[in-house]
Amino acid sequence: MPAVTETWLVLGGGSTIGRAFAQRAAAAGAAVLLAGRDVAELERSAADLRLRHGVPATSVLFDALELEAHRGFARACATLAQGNGHRQLNLLLAFGIMPSQAECEADPLLARRMVETNVTGAASVLTALAPVLRGQGGGVVVALGSVAGERGRPRNHLYGATKAALAVFLQGYAARHARHGVRVLNLLAGPVDTALTWPLPRLPFIASPAAFAAQAWCQARRRSGQVHLPRIWAPVMAAIRAVPDRVFNRLDL
Amino acid sequence: MNLVLPRLNLHAASDVAWRSVALRGWGRLGSAPCQAARPERLREVADAVTSINGRNIIAHGAGRSYGDAALNGGGAAVLTARLDRMLGFDAATGVLVAEPGVTFADVIRVFLPQGFLPPTPPGTAFATLGGAVANDVHGKNQHVAGCLGDHVAWLDLLLADGSTRRLSPTQDAPAFHATIGGIGLTGIITAMALRLLRVPSNAMRVRRRRVGGLDEYLDAFRAARGATWSVGWVDALAGGAALGRGVLETAEHAAESVAIPAAGTRSMPFDVPGLLLNPLSIRAFNAAYWRRVPARGEERTVHANRFLFPLDGIGGWNRLYGARGFHQFQCVLPEAEAPRGLRRLLEEVGRAGAASFLAVLKWMGRPGLGMLSFAQPGFTLALDMPARPDSRALLLRLERITRDHGGRLYLAKDSALSPQGMAEMYPRLEAFQQVRARLDPRGRFSSDMSRRLGLG
Repeated sequence: MPAVTETWLVLGGGSTIGRAFAQRAAAAGAAVLLAGRDVAELERSAADLRLRHGVPATSVLFDALELEAHRGFARACATLAQGNGHRQLNLLLAFGIMPSQAECEADPLLARRMVETNVTGAASVLTALAPVLRGQGGGVVVALGSVAGERGRPRNHLYGATKAALAVFLQGYAARHARHGVRVLNLLAGPVDTALTWPLPRLPFIASPAAFAAQAWCQARRRSGQVHLPRIWAPVMAAIRAVPDRVFNRLDL
Repeated sequence: MNLVLPRLNLHAASDVAWRSVALRGWGRLGSAPCQAARPERLREVADAVTSINGRNIIAHGAGRSYGDAALNGGGAAVLTARLDRMLGFDAATGVLVAEPGVTFADVIRVFLPQGFLPPTPPGTAFATLGGAVANDVHGKNQHVAGCLGDHVAWLDLLLADGSTRRLSPTQDAPAFHATIGGIGLTGIITAMALRLLRVPSNAMRVRRRRVGGLDEYLDAFRAARGATWSVGWVDALAGGAALGRGVLETAEHAAESVAIPAAGTRSMPFDVPGLLLNPLSIRAFNAAYWRRVPARGEERTVHANRFLFPLDGIGGWNRLYGARGFHQFQCVLPEAEAPRGLRRLLEEVGRAGAASFLAVLKWMGRPGLGMLSFAQPGFTLALDMPARPDSRALLLRLERITRDHGGRLYLAKDSALSPQGMAEMYPRLEAFQQVRARLDPRGRFSSDMSRRLGLG
C-alpha cells in the first residue's frame, strides 16, 4: 500500500467515530491532528496513533462553541500540517451532541447548545478553514451527517434539524469552494455503536465504529456529495422518505 | 430508532451512560444481567465507579474468563474494551505503557514486527491486558518466564472513591500483589507498564511428538525443561495403559521471520447440537488427532501466532459445546503429587465420560507474584467439559482430588469452586482480604465469583 501523503484534521477527535477514523487514516499512512476540548485525553489517542502506525499525530485544542477562536485555530492547523512535510490537509468533521428530544424540550438551553454546536460551530470552523484548503490548492472535507436529517421523526427531530441544516450548509460550501479543488462529502450516518448511542435501546443495523470508519475512509477517497453509511441506509431511508405524511404521523419512530 | 433516555437512576451528578446488558463468561454457562458503562475516556472510569449509588461493580474486559470472574449479576460493570490505547513504548527497555483494554493481539500486531512479544502470552490473543493482569495469566513459557505479573513494572489502580493509585513492587507492594491476580476485586486497572519480551523473529521452530501415557508425559516435560516454550495436549478419553497419552509440543524462536499468515479466520456460525458432541465422536476425534503426529515426531517453523494461539483461528469456538455452554477445569498439582493426582483426575473424568477435545497439560516452574496467583511449581491440567446436569457434582469430585493432592484451581477458568476449597487452596487469601478492606472499605468491588467464593 503506497503511503498516503495527507494530514487529516479530525474535529471532534475524542468522539468514537473521530477516533476510529483517525485509526483508519493513520493505518493508511496519513498524519493526524486530533482536535477537541480535552487535550490530555486527545494526547493519549495521539500517542496510540504514533505507536500503532508510526505516523505523526498531534492533539490540538478546539471548542466548537468558541467561535472567535476558530480563525486562529485554522491557522495553527495549517502550520501543524506544514510541519508534517507539507502534506495536504483534509478534514473530518466528527463533533456533535445528541441529547434526547425529551431533554431538549425540557431544557431549551440544552437545545440551543446543540444547535450552536452542531450547526453554528460546524459552519464557523469550516468557514475558518476554507482559506487554508484553498491556499493549498484544495482538499477533502468529510462531515458526519445523519439519516436523522432526512426526515423529521417524533423522537429526534431537533437533532435531525441540526443535521439537515448542516447538510444544506455543506452543499453550498461545496459549490462555493469546488473550483478551488475542495471536495465535500456528507456522510448520512445510520446508528453507530458509539458513546452517544450506548445508553439507547438496541438500534437497527448498528455499525461498529471500525467498520463505519473503514467505509467512510473508502467513500472519502472517491466520492463527493452525500452518501449513506452503512450503505443499507440508502434503501431504508428511500422507503422512509416515501411514506405519506398521514401514515408517517401515526408511526412512533 | 428509539432515542429515549435509559430508565435507571444509577447516575447522580455525572453524565455516565449506563445500559442494561447480559454479560457471559467464555464458557457461556449463563448470563448475568447488569448495568454497564463503557468508558472511552480515562475520566469516565472514575465517573462510573463513583456514580453507582451503593451498588457493587466489577471491570469486564474481553469476556475471556470462562466462568463468573467478570460477571456481576444485579450490579454494575465497567467495560474496558474501549480504553484500548497504547500510551508509550521504550524500545531500549521494551516497556510498553497501555490502557487495560489493549489486547495481546494488538500488542503482537504492533510490536512483533519490531521484535517483541508479550512476556507471557495466554492461550488466546483476544484477552485484554487488564484482564490478564487481574488473572495473572501465564503462557507456554511459564516454566522460564513466570506469569504476567512478573513483568508488570507498575500499574494504575482506580479505587472505589474515584482516586487512582500507582502501584508497583516498591509503591504499596501489598496492594500491587493483591491486584496482580486479584480478579478485579481491588479496583479497576486504568493503565500499566509491561516489560515485553525481546525475540529474534516472528517465527517459532515447533517440535511435536506423541507421548504414550502419563508417566512418560511427565518425564518428557521434565526432559524438556530447557525448552523456551512447552505445552502438551492430552487425550482425556484414553484409558488404561494409554491414560494420559497425548502430543507434546516444544518450541524455540526461529532466527528468521516467516510471512505473516493471511488474516482470514473461520468462525463457528452456530451452536453445535448436543447430539454431535458425544463420547464416541470426541473419542474418534482425539484418536485421529493423536495419530496425525508421526510416530517419529515432526518439526515445523510457523508464525508465533500459530503456535501460541491455535484456537484463535476459529472465531467463537466456544459455541462448539452447544447452547448450554461448558465448564473448564484447570488445576495445578505440586510436582511430587502430580503422578498420582493427575492419574486420579483423568480416571475420574474418564469414568464420567465428560471430557472433550481440549485437555492441556503443562509444567510450571515458578509461583505467581500475586496473593491469589494460580501458578505454583508442578503440573497444570486443563479440561473442557460440556455442561450437563451432573457437571457440578463431577467438578466437586475433581476439586476434592485437587485438594487431596495439595493443588489449586485457576480462578480465570473456574465456575464451581467451593468457598472451603478457595480458603484451603489460596493460603494468602487472608492477606488479600486485608488489603481489599483497606483499599475498598465499603466492599464496592465484587463479582458473581467473589460472592460465590464467600469473599464478599
